[in-house]
Amino acid sequence: MKDNDESWDIEVTARQSLFSFRFSEVWRYRDLLVLFVKRDFAAIYKQTLLGPLWFFIQPMLTAITMTVVFGRIAGLDTAGYPKIVFYLSGITAWTYFSECLIKTSSTFVANQSLFGKVYFPRIIVPLSVVVSNVFRFGIQLLMLFGLIIYYNIAGIRIVPNEYLLLFPVLLVLMAALGLGFGMFLSSLTTKYRDLQFLITFGVSLLMYLSPVIFPLTAVKDPFWRDVLIANPMTSIIETFRYAVLGGQGEFTLWLPLAYTTGFTIVLFMGSLFMFNRVQRSFMDTV
Amino acid sequence: MSGMNTVIRVENLSKQYRLGKVGVGTLVEDFQRLWHKMRGKEDPTLALAEKNDRSTVGESNFVWALRDINFEVGRGEVLGIIGKNGAGKSTLLKILSRVTEPTTGSIKIKGKVASLLEVGTGFHPDLSGRENIFLNGAVLGMTRAEIKSKFDEIVDFSGVERYIDTPVKRYSSGMKVRLGFAVAAHLEPEILIVDEVLAVGDAEFQRKCLGKMKNVAGHGRTVLFVSHNIFAMRSLCSRALLIDSGTIVSDGGADEVANEYIAATRLIGDDQHAFQWETGGDFSDGRYVRARVETGDELITIDSGIKVRVTVDMKEIDALDPVAVVIHLVNEEDVIVFSTSNLQYNAVLLEAGSNELTCGIPAHLLNSGTYRIRIAAVKAGRQIYRQDDVLSFTVNEKSEPGIANYNRRSGIVRPRLEWSAKRPV
Repeated sequence: MKDNDESWDIEVTARQSLFSFRFSEVWRYRDLLVLFVKRDFAAIYKQTLLGPLWFFIQPMLTAITMTVVFGRIAGLDTAGYPKIVFYLSGITAWTYFSECLIKTSSTFVANQSLFGKVYFPRIIVPLSVVVSNVFRFGIQLLMLFGLIIYYNIAGIRIVPNEYLLLFPVLLVLMAALGLGFGMFLSSLTTKYRDLQFLITFGVSLLMYLSPVIFPLTAVKDPFWRDVLIANPMTSIIETFRYAVLGGQGEFTLWLPLAYTTGFTIVLFMGSLFMFNRVQRSFMDTV
Repeated sequence: MSGMNTVIRVENLSKQYRLGKVGVGTLVEDFQRLWHKMRGKEDPTLALAEKNDRSTVGESNFVWALRDINFEVGRGEVLGIIGKNGAGKSTLLKILSRVTEPTTGSIKIKGKVASLLEVGTGFHPDLSGRENIFLNGAVLGMTRAEIKSKFDEIVDFSGVERYIDTPVKRYSSGMKVRLGFAVAAHLEPEILIVDEVLAVGDAEFQRKCLGKMKNVAGHGRTVLFVSHNIFAMRSLCSRALLIDSGTIVSDGGADEVANEYIAATRLIGDDQHAFQWETGGDFSDGRYVRARVETGDELITIDSGIKVRVTVDMKEIDALDPVAVVIHLVNEEDVIVFSTSNLQYNAVLLEAGSNELTCGIPAHLLNSGTYRIRIAAVKAGRQIYRQDDVLSFTVNEKSEPGIANYNRRSGIVRPRLEWSAKRPV
């Protein structure tokens, strides 16, 4: 057996091509991804009495708060849907996106002791966050559907329509958006921590500029309507709600959805590139 | 060592670090770097970097932790990397483990690598020992199936069967180390990179680890072992690299390199390398301590005795709180064989000016082995100076014809004692 001298398995040079992302390597570490997901689940609710029930309680409490504050006190329009279902559907989608974003944005800073000691494709960590949030999202969806069934029994007809077929696309878009923003921010915060303070603020600002609390149809001013549509989450939440709550009237979101898709692709590729660059030397600056 | 048997090739490897804090200044540098890069020019900060010498204050904020490192490692070789603290060993290890990237140069590796910079990397305190075995194994690059097939062996090796379903946060630190090493010991890489993980744990556990590593090395796998413990390195490695201030000073057989390292360490005691009292206060300026071994020979037979000479320069003397110069003799297992001071028994006091203290270690006292000397100065119960490993020497048994040559007697010392026998008439 003669080895070719130039067939190296690992080559590390100071200057690598701008985009050297190895998918095969990530695939080789898939078991680690599964274990990180398991770890997240096991670790979050260890030493809590209610355990995974918190998955239900958290969004339900938020939806009830919104129903009282925005629905009853402020009297905001909910496009004819029952208030709690309207808010819960918005929150469910929004939470998935924001959880992905916030958790992945601390990837480097939160894992520096691990990353400083052993090599594995760093992207496994943010990917595991996205995957474990899919499970949470799934559980919360079940609750949303439970509520819809309850309303149907109580005599208020809510029937999801055929746009539910878009759901996988919406899920991928939300994951890629959250991951994209998160990786971008985590790459920037390794050296300068200033951004960390802005993340929570930025995320809540983004939520108020999305149709979580009010429907897009309630925004009459064309300028503000454009601002809202510029938020890539707007079309996702609107489409999600239209599909799950069986929206009436014509579906007018194809263009915003196309915009969101384009935005997501650019953001995701850009942040993947940045993340990839930073992962190689962040230990020196973190 | 070229051709088909090379499994690691390191070429022109350099690593630059920035010292000091991150602030507006670093942002300016980042923009400078970006600006030069955009125009296709070389990074201007590279030219600013200087040799990494801890003890002198440099002019630049940039230092070379490693500078133009070149070496190759062949399949099955056990290579030791030694050097003082801060010489660049850990940086080299980090680059080889791909935790960080080089500033210039390249490394090429053939085969599956496992690097062990720490024991129990990625343990989660809330998860059980069982869950952590899987997690730690996966972090180190094992697949789930591999871990599963070795699970029983790992648990057995660790000796924590009883606690395997208990959260790791309830473990003692020793148990955690055991569990972590058990996982690491069952990795089966073609190339193993090990840091001084052996420095943790008790002596028995260290022996177990060394044994396991010898075993790995014996199976034709390549091992890179980074240490400043020349004794462990000598017993494990066939070849060694000596690193100082970021460059390879010597590359050769483990014994020769170890001797060179000992000689280099001895330089600390030379007049031109005099060092200052470590703490501030009234000892801060102008007081030096120097140490030198009298014999000048690293190999000493057990019947020759050793003299240690320490030179202390004192500006003034406080008669109420005399300075004690303390010598510790440390053996290969890091056991202090004895501790002695100039104030013990017949106190020899220091005077203002230069003092030359001599301490004789009697012949026929030390067992065969390698010893290091540690020097400290104590005033009013407070340690005002300490230097480890100022020098090192090896004591050999003098083999006499007709007498069985015991390599080493049991026990820490082997004093010559008076034996007599009385026979009933």
